[in-house]
Amino acid sequence: MVAGYNTISMGTGRKEFNPKKERPGLEHYIKEAGQATLKQIGGAKKVDEGVIGNFMAARFNRQAHLGAFMTTIDPDLRFKPSLRVEGACASGGLALVTGIKSILSGSAEVVLALGVEVQNTVKAIYGADLLALAGWFQKRKDGPAYFFPGQFSTRAGAYHEKYGRVKTRQAQARWFRNAIENARLCPTAQEHENKVEDLDALGLTEPNPRAFTDHLNVFDCSKVSDGASAIAIVSEEGLKRLGIPLKDAVEVIGIGHATDDLTAEPEDLTRLTTIEHAAKEALKSAGITPEQLATVETHDCFTIAGIIGMEAIGLAPQGKGADFVLEGHTARNGKIPVNTTGGLIGWGHPTGATGVHQAVTLWEQLTGRAGEAQINIPADRPYALSVNMGGDDRTVVAIVYRKTT
Amino acid sequence: MDYTERLTNVTVLGAAGKMGSGILLLVAMEMADLKLKPGGENRNFVLNAMDISSEALPGLMKYLRSQVLKAAEKKTVLLRQLYMNRRDLIENSEVIEAYVNEVLDLVRPVTRLEAAYDSHLIFEAVAENPELKTKIFSQIDAHNPHKPWFFTNTSSVPIGGLNEDAKLGGRILGFHFYNPPAVQKLVELITIPKNSEEMVKFAEQLASNLRKIVVKSNDVAGFIGNGHFMRDALYGIAEAERLSKDMPLHQAIYAINKIGQDYLMRPMGIFQLIDYVGVDVVRFIMMVMNPYMEEEDLHSELLDKLFDKGIKGGQNADGSQKNGILQYERGRAVGVYSLEKGDYVPFTEFAAKTDEWLGLLPSVVMPWKNLVRSTNKNVVVETVFAAYKKCDDPGCKLALDYARHSREIGRQLLETHVATSSDDVNTVLMTGFFHAYGPINEFVI
Repeated sequence: MVAGYNTISMGTGRKEFNPKKERPGLEHYIKEAGQATLKQIGGAKKVDEGVIGNFMAARFNRQAHLGAFMTTIDPDLRFKPSLRVEGACASGGLALVTGIKSILSGSAEVVLALGVEVQNTVKAIYGADLLALAGWFQKRKDGPAYFFPGQFSTRAGAYHEKYGRVKTRQAQARWFRNAIENARLCPTAQEHENKVEDLDALGLTEPNPRAFTDHLNVFDCSKVSDGASAIAIVSEEGLKRLGIPLKDAVEVIGIGHATDDLTAEPEDLTRLTTIEHAAKEALKSAGITPEQLATVETHDCFTIAGIIGMEAIGLAPQGKGADFVLEGHTARNGKIPVNTTGGLIGWGHPTGATGVHQAVTLWEQLTGRAGEAQINIPADRPYALSVNMGGDDRTVVAIVYRKTT
Repeated sequence: MDYTERLTNVTVLGAAGKMGSGILLLVAMEMADLKLKPGGENRNFVLNAMDISSEALPGLMKYLRSQVLKAAEKKTVLLRQLYMNRRDLIENSEVIEAYVNEVLDLVRPVTRLEAAYDSHLIFEAVAENPELKTKIFSQIDAHNPHKPWFFTNTSSVPIGGLNEDAKLGGRILGFHFYNPPAVQKLVELITIPKNSEEMVKFAEQLASNLRKIVVKSNDVAGFIGNGHFMRDALYGIAEAERLSKDMPLHQAIYAINKIGQDYLMRPMGIFQLIDYVGVDVVRFIMMVMNPYMEEEDLHSELLDKLFDKGIKGGQNADGSQKNGILQYERGRAVGVYSLEKGDYVPFTEFAAKTDEWLGLLPSVVMPWKNLVRSTNKNVVVETVFAAYKKCDDPGCKLALDYARHSREIGRQLLETHVATSSDDVNTVLMTGFFHAYGPINEFVI
């Protein structure tokens, strides 16, 4: 993968954001991210195929058929194959998988993969309706107003009960603090300008069941975001054709793509079993262990998902995710820096774009392009992992990347 | 008649006004909530939104729809529970829309008083005119077979007088909301000895269901809120007039307004508050209260003169502040009216000089906005007044005198039994007027 680009993650927190004023739409974000990637690879003529990941434009923006927006990026993309893929918040990850499969099949040498979502077209209370469609609609009626926060609140409640509430709440607050501190280092992050001093105290705000959920406060949640990310997925021949040196790219060395029954209840609320499966697959196909990873981008749609995610990936034993976070291992100066530009909570969560955003971030980190947010990649651990989740652990895409030499 | 039964047929008089529309909104949502409770669906709830201005009613309904929508969006968690059995309402948007319709379906916009003849409960928010109120109450009571209860929103007319003049036999009490009713947490409850226990209990239950803080005030014209505000305003005016011996009156008005806002750390200075309420309204409230005052003259010649010049203040339809004693740009005071010149004088022409005369604000003073958010409010206020006591600048002295006088007004309300405790006085000023600290305190002595 090469030539990544993230737009700003737009929404509350950004000072340009004014919900009462007209804002750029889908078209703008697709163009901005797409054109930026094309520029890095020498233009649209080099592209064989395009794929767009998007979750819910049909309702957020009353727009379907996003595959046919490809040509709006550049007229030279006309008549090239392009499609839109959807798997809720894992749509971006699916765009990557789809592009990778095209490369592996030999049908393409250069794929433009893009993820996009524009969510601030509706108020949060209505946005919750649209995001809820990532769950089984037959369960919507008896579900909470804020559906997904409610689902993960239930998971948090179960985790608190099993492993201790005080410690876990502290770990959730620490997760939030790490996310904001990392976001401050990344100019495109939604929380880039966050100036709150006592982030731990804010993170520990008591949840309000009357207005929101039982076990999560709003700081435990990812952002409502508008944004797009794009990256080029290229074969070795393709890279030569583009004339880009190997060192500017990262190598994809493992993939795990798994789904579970959308109509079924989670078998264990304190585990993310589909992430477990996909991460294991990805690491196995890459031939590495979790300990060999230099950094991870994980799907922290909620702080509790971040914490249980550490266990699911295999970085912490079951029930020890909170301790792992509290001991500082996931901080940017820790054993394994996680979500180094803020993740979904700090950088933002333009749902359909998130999977691609993760890939772009890891490409930047592994090729030394992360600017102020750059972390050290140890020479003996040149690996990174992204985990992109759709719905409540129903669709997961995990990818392992290796720094090229 | 139980609580719900009492609220099955209600009329709000003066519903299109500033206060009436807010009261209508709150009562409509309370009635809809009762309708949604088990058993409620079989009752026929009616809320008459009565206003003589036919032109104002479409605007009122539009306002109501937008406000109910906002409220519904905030309480969707609760609404989903209330609509649990409506299997056809699945998404938040569907639940919210159903609730908005539920509320609006109860409301009947009307222009004729006859609508109130079937009501069990009548909220009155018409002009502060005792004769008008009496006439309306008598007419409704003569034609309404249900012996209805009258809840008046008067801020100044004694309830006992209205009860006798309209011959209501104790079926009236003061239920005084603060502006705007949907936002302000305070309700001043004014009962009279002839009120039945059932009626007072109902009023308390209603206030609590509307999530209001109730302060009981005795039935003395102006009650606690205006009892303090009018006297505080007259003191501010008198102080400005006193200073005007040494400086032009418009500068003195600027100075005293600054004392209230900056030195006393109130949300606004006294002249801005008069503008906010309306010069005409303040003058009128004084006229209503004055006949009941034995040893006091609640009257200001300055307000008369301004009123005669057409200086009224108040708000535009969009809620923005109109020019009054002060001139406003985007909600901020930028000038002051000069009676001599017959025009506004911009602050920029004289403020620097006046500020210099007042002296430097002690560094411990903070803006009202910061003070109300501060976790150690009382310590800050105590430190600020301690600083004033040690400071010889005219600003500090004026501030200290002002605060002491405000305290005196509070104590007077206690001594004349308008309020039963200093806590009540302080609660009214802190919740109804958003002061950061109550007037009856130890800091200023």
